[in-house]
Amino acid sequence: MRFTKGLMAAAASLALTFGAAQAQDMMKLKIGTEGAYPPFNNLESDGSLVGFDIDIAKALCDEMKADCEFVTQDWDGIIPALLAGKFDAIIASMSITEERKEKVDFTNKYYNTPPAIAVPKDSDITEASDAGLSGRTIGAQSSTTHSNYAEEKLSSAELKLYPTPDEYKLDIASGRIDAVIDDVIVLSEWLKSDDGACCKLLATLPIDPVINGEGAGIALRKGEDELREKFNAAIEAIRANGTYKEINDKYFDVDVYGD
Amino acid sequence: MSYVTETLVAAQPAPPPPPKAWAAARISGTLLMLFWIAALAGLVFYLYTAWDIDKIERYGPKFLSGLQTTLTLVGISIALGAVLSLPVTLGRMSKNPVIGGLAFAYVYIFRGTPLIAQLFLIYYGLGSFREQLQAVGLWVFFRDAWNCALFAFTLNTAAYQAEILRGAIDSVPRGQWEGAEALGLNRIQTFWKIILPQALIVALRPYGNEIILMIKGSAIVALVTVFDLMGETRRAFSRTYDFQAYIWAAVFYFVMVEALRIVWERLEARLTRHLKR
Amino acid sequence: MDSYLTLLSFGDQGWSDEIAWGVLVTVTLALATLPVGLFIGFMIALGKQSEERSLRTAADIYTTIFRGLPELLTLFIVYYGLQIGIQLILKLVGLQGAIEINSFIAGVISLALVFSSYASEVFLSAFRAIPKGQYEGGYALGLRHGTVMKKIVLPQLIRIALPGLGNLWMILLKDTALVSAIGLTDILRQTGIAARVTKEAFLFFGIAFILYLVLALISSIALNRLEAQGKRGEQRQ
Repeated sequence: MRFTKGLMAAAASLALTFGAAQAQDMMKLKIGTEGAYPPFNNLESDGSLVGFDIDIAKALCDEMKADCEFVTQDWDGIIPALLAGKFDAIIASMSITEERKEKVDFTNKYYNTPPAIAVPKDSDITEASDAGLSGRTIGAQSSTTHSNYAEEKLSSAELKLYPTPDEYKLDIASGRIDAVIDDVIVLSEWLKSDDGACCKLLATLPIDPVINGEGAGIALRKGEDELREKFNAAIEAIRANGTYKEINDKYFDVDVYGD
Repeated sequence: MSYVTETLVAAQPAPPPPPKAWAAARISGTLLMLFWIAALAGLVFYLYTAWDIDKIERYGPKFLSGLQTTLTLVGISIALGAVLSLPVTLGRMSKNPVIGGLAFAYVYIFRGTPLIAQLFLIYYGLGSFREQLQAVGLWVFFRDAWNCALFAFTLNTAAYQAEILRGAIDSVPRGQWEGAEALGLNRIQTFWKIILPQALIVALRPYGNEIILMIKGSAIVALVTVFDLMGETRRAFSRTYDFQAYIWAAVFYFVMVEALRIVWERLEARLTRHLKR
Repeated sequence: MDSYLTLLSFGDQGWSDEIAWGVLVTVTLALATLPVGLFIGFMIALGKQSEERSLRTAADIYTTIFRGLPELLTLFIVYYGLQIGIQLILKLVGLQGAIEINSFIAGVISLALVFSSYASEVFLSAFRAIPKGQYEGGYALGLRHGTVMKKIVLPQLIRIALPGLGNLWMILLKDTALVSAIGLTDILRQTGIAARVTKEAFLFFGIAFILYLVLALISSIALNRLEAQGKRGEQRQ
């Protein structure tokens, strides 16, 4: 008797919670990001996430009326973590490439900037090309389009891979590598700061559509078409109503959306 | 034969063994073996379905070059570590408090801290001392990640090898030392001709263990931009996100370690065959 | 010197609170792995000395695999592979939903797998060191197999196995440093982040060094006490 009463009480509370869940129509989303790629996404020493990607993500979530929670994940494991369900979307300046499209789906781009190479101030490298870097060591973050670029277009240089930009910044400051390749905005922001006092921008490279892709997009698990459409609509919306421009101008002097 | 065995009791075959009961041990043993066989079959099946000739062609040679890097790195650091371990062993066995203390501190520090922490300290820590090292002319050496790894591994394995050697030398009976003294041999002759050969036999098994541990420990150099077997695996995974990269790495490492272990066992059996009764 | 003190202070400017958190994670990880590893190791050791050949072979395969793979590789395979494996199984069974394997669980599982395979060898040699007469005496008294194990064999086993297990504990403490590679905020990762951000690599990795040495020192003092406690019944030679 007591058992069946308890069972009914449990069933009733379960039904109530389901009902309560239905009543809330705020979509809950977990957004995965790296937190080590300033100025796009960075973890402050007090644990908060800041950056262009973060602000865009928050704006998109507001637009989609979704309740978003951020999860940080190391870059090397960010796609496996998405596929494993640790979060629902990656907003971490991930370039849309064919190689990645085999594993994940992408929304439309939300910005597009070219790659660039930085060298120490006293470097004798003049040309940002395969010939100019022949025999030198170049550093890049692993699993990025920039490391792929270095592997394919700058193959005469010895490539060194690092888990985050911080590590290659350390190594170029200590002279272990002769050059680094990464996004032009990431390198420019670093060169403006005290840490970047060692180095200067060598050149901005042309965007290669095959290697660099179509710009940075939001990565989703395959088959999540509804979520993708929602994100695309939200991107259109914030472009149209000026929120995008506001966030863009907060961080950069140029329009990063690209053409 | 006798009356009893030939006439009274005819020859009979031995009674059949009792049927083996399905005790808990047998059930769990069979289940576990089935599990392992299923796991092996699953592994082979996974590799078969994930077999992508493109990826094999692209990354296979890189894996092999990574394997070569691993073997070179481990081989050189063990050899250098063996050379370095001799003075450390002598220091540990010395009665001089300063030398003994220094040797003890060296061994304690390098055995008490993780190899990965030692590697990071040498690679990143010495990187921040670039100017000082450049002044001394050592920066050229420490600039290269491979050299830093070699340096860290040598220091680490020297500490472990010193302890192995010390334990082996201690295990040689005191009578050997006394007999050599009675024969008029000096300490150096005693050490090289009498004690060390006997000690090395005792040290053979721990040395084999140390080589295996070094091969396994060498995987961490992948975290400081050296492209050994593990580094190439991570590079392949970061491009393709295909898990089979790690499985292939596991196969390579496993084969290497097992081959070494079996070779070492044969070597030890052969070298100690005079001790078998 | 002032700046060093600021870097090492607790609070917003200093890194000591992050590093203290790292120490907590390291110690918790090792303490969480210990019982799991000991239990599995004990079971494997029991299996290795069973009369049943299939059980012995299965146990041998277990130890061969986990002593033959680098710990870092085991860690990566558990971290990336277990997630994929669980998803496959869920899909096969038809259930929805995601079971998350966070870095801590992956660390505990892989460290326990490695620890248990070495521990099983230690337990096995300890089993061999207990005279058969102990078992026979127990059976002669009419005790069941389980009671013999619990009341007669286990106390002696623990005493004999303690030095070997103590050694394995020290190795475990050092192996916890590997979990920094899968993002777990242990000592090495926290000092690494501090080194990266402040560019004071030698200072912070040196601190990591000292912290590991301190942990090793505390452990060896505790282990010596335990061994002395265990030996208090032995006759003085």
